[in-house]
This record gives sequence, C-alpha cells and structure tokens, in this order.
Amino acid sequence: MNFDDTPQEAAFRAEARAWIDANAPKHLHAQLAAAGYGQSPLGSGDALAESKAWQKKKRDAGWACLHWPKEFGGRGATPIERVIWQQEEGVYSKLAGVFMIGQGMIAPTLMAFAEERHKQRYLPSMASGEEIWCQLFSEPVAGSDLAGLRTKAEKDGDHWVVNGQKIWTSGAHYSQYGMILTRTDPNVVKHDGLTMFFFDMKSPGVEVRPIKQVNGQSGFNEVFFTDLRIPDHQRLGDVGKGWKVSLTTLMNERMSIGAGMPTGFPELLDFCCDYDTGAGLAVNDPAVRSKLAQFAVRTSGLKYTAYRSISALSRGQIPGPENSIGKLVAGSMLQEIAAFAMDLQGPSGVLVDDAQTTAAARFQAMLLRSPATRIEGGTDEILRNIIAERVLGLPADMRADRGMPYNQIPTRVR
Amino acid sequence: MDFDFSPDQQQLKDQARRYLADHCSSSAVRAVLDGPQSHDAALWAGLGTQGFLGAAIPEAYGGSGAGYGELCVIAEELGRAVAPVPFSSSIGLFAELLLRAGTEAQKQRWLPGLADGSLIGTLALAEQPGRVTPASLTTTLTAGRITGTKRPVTDGDIADLAVVATRDTTGGAGAATLSLQVVDLRAAGVQRQALPGIDPTRSQAQIDFTGAEAEPLGAPGAGWALLHAVTDRAAVLMAFEQVGGADKALQTACDYAQERFAFGRPIASLQAIKHMLADMYVSATLARSNAYYGAWALQADAPELAEAAATARVSATQAYQHCARNNIQVHGGMGFTWAFDCHLHYRRANLLALQLGSLSEWEDRLVGHLVAKRAAA
Repeated sequence: MNFDDTPQEAAFRAEARAWIDANAPKHLHAQLAAAGYGQSPLGSGDALAESKAWQKKKRDAGWACLHWPKEFGGRGATPIERVIWQQEEGVYSKLAGVFMIGQGMIAPTLMAFAEERHKQRYLPSMASGEEIWCQLFSEPVAGSDLAGLRTKAEKDGDHWVVNGQKIWTSGAHYSQYGMILTRTDPNVVKHDGLTMFFFDMKSPGVEVRPIKQVNGQSGFNEVFFTDLRIPDHQRLGDVGKGWKVSLTTLMNERMSIGAGMPTGFPELLDFCCDYDTGAGLAVNDPAVRSKLAQFAVRTSGLKYTAYRSISALSRGQIPGPENSIGKLVAGSMLQEIAAFAMDLQGPSGVLVDDAQTTAAARFQAMLLRSPATRIEGGTDEILRNIIAERVLGLPADMRADRGMPYNQIPTRVR
Repeated sequence: MDFDFSPDQQQLKDQARRYLADHCSSSAVRAVLDGPQSHDAALWAGLGTQGFLGAAIPEAYGGSGAGYGELCVIAEELGRAVAPVPFSSSIGLFAELLLRAGTEAQKQRWLPGLADGSLIGTLALAEQPGRVTPASLTTTLTAGRITGTKRPVTDGDIADLAVVATRDTTGGAGAATLSLQVVDLRAAGVQRQALPGIDPTRSQAQIDFTGAEAEPLGAPGAGWALLHAVTDRAAVLMAFEQVGGADKALQTACDYAQERFAFGRPIASLQAIKHMLADMYVSATLARSNAYYGAWALQADAPELAEAAATARVSATQAYQHCARNNIQVHGGMGFTWAFDCHLHYRRANLLALQLGSLSEWEDRLVGHLVAKRAAA
C-alpha cells in the first residue's frame, strides 16, 4: 500500500510537469484558481477561446486525450498516466470542461461504432479542440427513463429524417457536431427501437435555444429538429441497437464525471479558518468543527475511493458501477456546504454581488448551481438504483411498461 | 500508486475470515451474550495460536512481525464476526503502549504473552462521565503506588494487566503531571467489579486501586502525549473493526431484503429499501477508503498518521452506526428480536463508537489536524 510513483510514473510526472510549467497559460492561473463551483472558469475574457488555445497547444505537443490511441490524436497513455496528468494540470484542467463530453464520452463511442473514415476525420479535430461535440440524449419526456425518448428518425433512401426535441444539451450552442439517440421503431419494446447517429449541428432543421437556468447561466440548451437529414453512414451501431451503443457512452460518462468531483470542502475549510462570526473565528466553534469533520471525512472518503479505483485500473481491472458513488456523495455535499457557509454569514448570506459579498459569493454560486449536480448525468435516485442493482445485486424495479411496445406505454392518467 | 492491500495481506484476511467462520459463529458470540463469561477464552487462545494477535509484534518479542497492514485486515475480520474478545484493549492499546514506551525489559516480559494470548492487557483511563481531559483524571501515584477509581475499563474484569493513567501528587491538574503506569491487576490493592453495558459481548468493569503497586511506562509527565499517539494507532485498528462490522450488517440486510416478501415481491425490489441499502453501501465504502488511508499511515508511520487516524475513526464510527441501525430497519420487527443477530451489530457499533473517545472528540481532533496542516501549507 503506497502512493509512490514507480520510476516510470515518476519520469512521466516530471515530463508532464516540465511541459506544463513551460507552456501553461499562466496569466489565467489566478482567475482559474479563484473560480468556484457554479462560477465561470474565467471571470472576464473569452473562456471558450482560451480553452481552445490551451487544448490546441496540448494536442500539438502530444498531451491531449492521453488515454486515446495515438492514431486519433491521443497519447496511448496508461490509466495511471492519465491520473498523473490530471494532478499536474491542476487548475488549468478547468479549461478542459467544454471538451469533456466529446473527448470523454462521445469519442469512445465513435471508436467503437463509427466507420473508419469517420474516425480518421473527426477524432483528431476533437482531440485538438478545434471541433466540439455535444450529446443529445435527454428529452422533455425522457430523463431518467431515457429509453422512453420520442425524437424519431425515419428512413428515406440512404438518409434518415429526424423530427423531435432534445433538452439539457450541454454546449450545443458552441458545438460543431452532435451525437443523437433516436427512435426508429415505435412498434417494439422501448429499448429495442432506438438508433444512434451523429450529425453536423449546422445542418438545416437544427435549432438551438439556450435554457436560462436557476443560476441565471445558460450552459444547457433545447435543440429542436425539423426534418433534419442524416446520411445512413453516420449511423453508430445497428438499427435498433442504439441502447447498447448508448451504454458505452454512459459508462464513460460515469467515469469522467465521477472522477475528481469537487465537494466544496477545501473552500469551506478556508472560509471557516478566516471568517469571524462575531463570536470569534468560525473554525473555533464546536458546532462548526463537527460539521467540518463530517464534510472532511466524506471528501476524504471520495478521494481514497477514487485512489482505490485507480489502483484497480492500473492492475487492469475495468471500472464498474461502484464509481456511481462519486457524484452521489459530492452532489449533496455541494448543496449542504453552500447552505452551511451561507448560514454562518447570517442575513448578509443572501447577497450575491461578488464585490460586496463574503467569500466573493462563492457559496451563493455553489448553492444555485448544485441542484443540477444531483440531476445531470444520472439523478441521485438513479445512482442509488445502480448501486443497489449492479453493486449489491438487488432486484430491478418493477416496471409498468415491461414487455410493452413503445407506442402502447401509458404517458398520462387516463 | 498501489492503494490496496497486498496479495499476501488479502490471503491473510481470507484465512482470518475462514478461521472466524469456524470458531466465532453467531452461536459462539451468543454464548458470551447469554452466558456468565465475559469473553470467549478459547477463541482468544486460538487467535494467539494462529499468530493473528502478534501480527504487528516483532519476532524478538514473540510476534510474527508481519506488520500493521496485516493487523488491520485481522481487525476487520474480528469486527465482521463481532468477536467477543479483548483485541482492541490488549493489542490495539496495551501492546501498542508497550511498543511505543516500554523499556526493553517490559517488552520482553509482556509482549510474548500478549502475542500468544496468554496475557490480556487493557487501558484504564476514564474516571467519570464526559470527555476524558487531563482535568478529569484524579487517580494519583504516590511513591510507586496507585490510588483511585477507573470506570469504565473495557475488559477490566478479564485483563491481567493494565496501563493506568495517573497524576503525580505535585504540580497541578494539567497534562504535565499525567503519567502512565503498568499495574498487575491480579495483585494486591486492586478490586474489580464487572459492570453491565450495552454490549454484553465485551466486558466493562470498575477498578478500585488502593495503593496498588505500579511500575512506570514512559517518562513522568509524558502520559497525555503518549495516550494521544497510541489512541491514534488504536483508532486505525478500531476503524477496521467498524468497517468489518458495517460490511457484515450491510450484507445481512441485503440478504434478508431479498428473501423477505411483502406485497407479493421481495422487499429488496422496493426503492425505499433499495435506496436505504445503497446509502449504507455509500457510508461503508467511504469508511473503508478512509480506513485504508489510516492503514497506509500506520504501516508507513507517516506524518499524516494523526489526521488519517481521526479521519478513519470518524468515518468508520458513523458508517457502522448507520449500517447497524438500518440493518434493524430493513428487518422490520424481526430485527428487534433477541433471536436475530441484528442487535449484536447494533450493540457493538454503539460500543465501539464510544471507546477511545466519542465521535465529537474525534471530530474535534480531526479539524485540529486539518487546520494545523492548512496553517503549515
């Protein structure tokens, strides 16, 4: 049991550290370090342009998409090397957020299911950040019950014609390409009538509308499709096998979202050490100490659970559903920590002007962003189901639509 | 990074689990619960013979010298089995105190017996209700003899030896006048009385010292610091007992939820039950990962040991309490019967939660370490 690098890992770390030290956009360091959860990574300036610039630089030097094969623009690195890179990249990894869905989730799906020419065409530009991808899965009527989605794709010669609506599409407004799960057969059981495609977001019949969120930001979108035509060669996997294809994506989603989730604890500890409640420093209050300890052990537990997963990964084991624990724990913590820190601020905790507010409105931003954390990429309830069924081996929920053709499933009280 | 136990340690863990499955079944635990004896002496001797007790005691003193990682996996299995033995008192505390502060002669004299199970040691610390602070300790040492009352002393009625925290009669009530003594509890000047507790599978006692003969352990005035250092080490081992217990309580609840039917289906198919079990898994997993951090620090004798120990301790205390109480909840009314084993874990979880200091005390210790680390950074 040790945290030590092997000589090979140490050499990799030294190389990564030296390159980052020589090439990172250091003028952004202070802003990135100060950005809290739910706050944009760069307070001012063009975050997307800075993100693309850093990504391109990484790609040109062979430091992009470490876990990808070299032929697609990756490095063919080991899982441990990927972790070492993340540790060394530090705050600059906040610039990689816009690429995460494409590089982390869509790329593995393309590698597994796309035609060779498409892999050659699209993966390198995804690695370099020059083209960004979004994932179009959720619909207004299909969230946790994703397989109940409605957006339909109908065959027309060597094309498919797509009509319907997607929602919660992160980054659709700056993405060049999208991967979409559609219903191609409403007459069979819901999981069996789905097919996956990718398409150009600039195609006719695609309309992106930003969603104004609870926190006032607009990271998500609604995307509407009116007779969007997708060539059949842009189909991923067989017709009717879209669910299986989506599982590749979602498995990778679990990995990339679950790893290194922020919890808000370091920020809370800093705040409590510096903040005088009027009765002394918050950290000296026994009630505050008890809360801090509770948050500390949950944070530490996640960290060392991730280390156990990393160790298993380096032994060649495949990450499993047990990684669902990361977001489940971190999501609630962000919400609880935000409310706790604001409680310590008393009446002024309601203020959100970061120039006039304690801790630069960090906890207020966290409060207003964190409800989404407990929903996106699998709700707390779905994650508990995954743990119960796939880790603990408990029986699946009983489903009222089991074995029923999709077009006969009840959708409202009759 | 290799943040896991080694194949050899895993093998030892499996070996310990098999041994305890054979020698510490539920009926063996219940024999202590319902019977007059306050520990399973045959099991204790067997654990000694197997080399489990002496896993971290050097070969020179009769142990196997295997190491603390080995001792951690053994502690986990003892916790899983709710073993009615004085492991935490004799190995986690007494042997560790000797190893840290004993003279060569003291180690030679007692460690072999602790390793083979022929001797039982414990720590006699608390005297009155509430948190143990230097000011709460009044048992005095005068000219090598101890006077005062300690209660509760876990395993105090079955132990042969105890480390007793005493105060020098000169120099005030602070930590500076606290020292540790080793006392033979079978000798003159020691009266012991078993006390009923929430977990009858682990004994509690009051010990009255009336001029009992003592020999010093460690330097005069070093008692408080030594206790802190050793309770950190003991806390890691106890966290493993708690993690083992939590894991077993979770497993028991999952098994029952799958075989118990209500409304025409296994109750494990109801989300209210599934999600309760998932939350138990989350607590148990976080606690296990934190305990591994403690095990790493203990094995490496790392500067992070105090922080890691407090982290492991707080996390494991909560996880075992959580899993033990929800195990009863999943069982419904059956969980409240004497006949089902749920209460064995409920008792043990709440007993362990108070040994070595309460949850709030360890929370306080943890935050102290985190604040100090932040200030140093």
